[in-house]
Amino acid sequence: MNPRYRPLAATTLIFIVAYALCIMQYPSMWSTRVLGNFLTDNAFLGIAAVGATFVIISGGIDLSVGAVVGLAGVLSAVLITKLGLHPLLAFAIVLFVASAFGAGMGAAIHFLRVPPFIVTLAGMFMARGVASILTQDSIPIDHEFYRTISSLYYLLPGGGRLSVIGLLMLLVFLVGGVIAHKTRFGSYVYALGGNPTSAALMGVPVGFTTIAIYALGSFLGGLAGIVYSLYTSSGYPLAAVGMELDAIAAVVIGGTLLTGGYGFIFGTLIGVMLQGLVQTYIVFDGTLSSWWTKIAIGLLLFMFILLQKLVFSAQGRRTRLQKVPA
Amino acid sequence: MATAEDVVLEARGITKIFGNHTALKGVDISFRRGEVHALLGENGAGKSTLIKILTGAYTPDGGTIELEGQPVSFTTPQQAQALGIGTVYQEVNLLPNMTVSDNLFIGRQPSAFGMVNRSATDAMARTVLAQYGLDIDVRAELSTYSVAIQQIVAIARAVELSGKVLILDEPTASLDRHEVEKLFEIIRTLKARGLAIVFITHFLDQVFELSDRVTVLRNGFRVGSEPVSALDRTGLVRMMLGKDLVHHNNGPVDGEPDGGDVLMSVRQLGLTGSVLPLDLEIRKGEVVGVAGLLGSGRTEMARLMFGIDVADNGALHIDGESRVVRSAREAVSLGFGFCPEDRKADGIFGDLSVRENIVIAMQARLGWFRALNRDEQLEIAGNFIEALDIRTASAELPVKLLSGGNQQKVILARWLATDPRFLILDEPTRGIDVGAHAEIVRMISRLREDGLALVVISSELDEIVSYSSRVVVMRDRALVAELRGADITPSRIVQAIAGQGVENVA
Repeated sequence: MNPRYRPLAATTLIFIVAYALCIMQYPSMWSTRVLGNFLTDNAFLGIAAVGATFVIISGGIDLSVGAVVGLAGVLSAVLITKLGLHPLLAFAIVLFVASAFGAGMGAAIHFLRVPPFIVTLAGMFMARGVASILTQDSIPIDHEFYRTISSLYYLLPGGGRLSVIGLLMLLVFLVGGVIAHKTRFGSYVYALGGNPTSAALMGVPVGFTTIAIYALGSFLGGLAGIVYSLYTSSGYPLAAVGMELDAIAAVVIGGTLLTGGYGFIFGTLIGVMLQGLVQTYIVFDGTLSSWWTKIAIGLLLFMFILLQKLVFSAQGRRTRLQKVPA
Repeated sequence: MATAEDVVLEARGITKIFGNHTALKGVDISFRRGEVHALLGENGAGKSTLIKILTGAYTPDGGTIELEGQPVSFTTPQQAQALGIGTVYQEVNLLPNMTVSDNLFIGRQPSAFGMVNRSATDAMARTVLAQYGLDIDVRAELSTYSVAIQQIVAIARAVELSGKVLILDEPTASLDRHEVEKLFEIIRTLKARGLAIVFITHFLDQVFELSDRVTVLRNGFRVGSEPVSALDRTGLVRMMLGKDLVHHNNGPVDGEPDGGDVLMSVRQLGLTGSVLPLDLEIRKGEVVGVAGLLGSGRTEMARLMFGIDVADNGALHIDGESRVVRSAREAVSLGFGFCPEDRKADGIFGDLSVRENIVIAMQARLGWFRALNRDEQLEIAGNFIEALDIRTASAELPVKLLSGGNQQKVILARWLATDPRFLILDEPTRGIDVGAHAEIVRMISRLREDGLALVVISSELDEIVSYSSRVVVMRDRALVAELRGADITPSRIVQAIAGQGVENVA
């Protein structure tokens, strides 16, 4: 097997083993009901994580995702409840604003040559600040459209419910996978992560690609915010605080190299699911503090970074050995 | 044979100025179809500046460029590429994390409805590489292949994209003998296909083996442009180093060459792929000059002695005891000092003050628990600023604001502050003005009189002759000659570098 696939294979294996262990302890975790809830409960995280995957493969980082999720939720709530817009129109406005916000950050990163860490940190404060100016409190959204969406689901065999937002997340992963692995834009993203200088010399449109990557990241952040508002039927400026870190953790656990150039959209799905599994286990157990989730995620993250280090340094050694004269 | 009508790319009067430094002065050069044109020159001669102008990375301050008789000007490498000028750099400038076929066709993949047709791309990649006799898995990542194969992929890409002029910037620097032959075969095929090939190298053998024409640059001037058949090795080295071999016989340095105790002796010390095993003794109170062209292994030898690279062959004795120097830190604790060649990259801490730059090695040697206080630091720095005549407005000035010569003195002061027994200076006079140059040369002699052992690497033959007690000559990663006494003359050194008529005296 190509060593690059090892982190992905390891994540998948760990997920299967962990799930099997959970089922041995709580057999009722093996049901489409639990699986369906997995998808629904983690839909917003998954959607945002797809964006984070693109950003990280390109060698960047986006710290503003959580704040964009919060802003998108609040903006949706304000547009729907205060201005009386139809949710679909509100969503279109929210997605446009989010994409423009991301494009702005991408432009700052490219043209001003400011590291993404700094630009998106500033973006995080700005988005969170704007959300808090719009409202200090949680705004409940009571709209026919929201009620309809929340009540729609596809009944899985075994009684599980595949909700609209769960389905939307799967769709985002599918489309994200196609974009990353099958399009020219996708190859540009990997090229930037490999070596931006070489990429520029080889004729990759670096500026356009950078702007598009961050616009896509914030677009998906906005979509995640809409999903979050559907999930909670409200908009709250302090929603999803620190979620960008969960998203980054999911991406890394899913086998994407934090330094860029290597990664898989599918891996991120497993990364999100693994986080969901830990949470579900804690709910089933009932006695553990929910903070154990963080500890488990921290350990997993550390393990995967170590694993990548091992895989990639082994690779480096092999390449060097080939250079030695015969 | 190529004629004047075959000229593909012609540059006339190319001038490039950086600040107050003129990197190229009115250089004329022309490249012809079906000809391999070697471009030679020491570091700082202007080779890379010229290449960057021809490939659009720099814009010239004067002169014209004509491609197939039409005046052209380009501001980006992409424009030059589109017009037919492709470049392959020494460090392969491709994407190691992507597949071979991605590297060949990124941005140009056949696609439909926005989707890349991967199997068609791979098939195209296989067809292209087959022309180079390469049958590899084009879906594997580039980094899984050897540098030689990466180099061929880079060439294939450049030829595919451009197809008129192919510039190869030191393509053989990290290849072994067999790989170099394979590469040369490919270059000859491309030459037969009618490409104009520009070949930059430091290996004279390769110039004679592959090239039809040689242009030598020195200090931003074109020294000459000759058919290879009209040149011999000595003539070529003379063009590169600019030696008029009649004069300059200063005679040997006074003092007893074999008088001092042996400080360091190396036996068959070498590192695979870097330096071939060599023998050398270094005594207290002598300057061993190291001559050789760039890429001859002179810096690599110094790195072995200082523990930056660790030898995989041979033994090193210090004060008669066998030692292994595994790190620069260990070397410093033995009382060694090393002033590297590229002081901007390896030597100075540009944003730190003169004082901090001077005391840093001394502080490292003392250990962090015996911190020098500010007054002690100022006193030490002050002493050296005075002793070495470092021209700075104050000890607190950031070092990057000083001139090159004064920066060099700061680095020298840093090592002298550690009270070393053995100093290695790599190109200590490069890029500094004439006055400072003379002072550094005087200082080297003074340090020798103080009983230090010094190894000084330099491309300036006059300079080496003036201060060396012995001169060793490196060529093709091996120590090829050791000259002493009356043999230390620029002409003997040039002959040794060229590998003609010098028996190993050692």
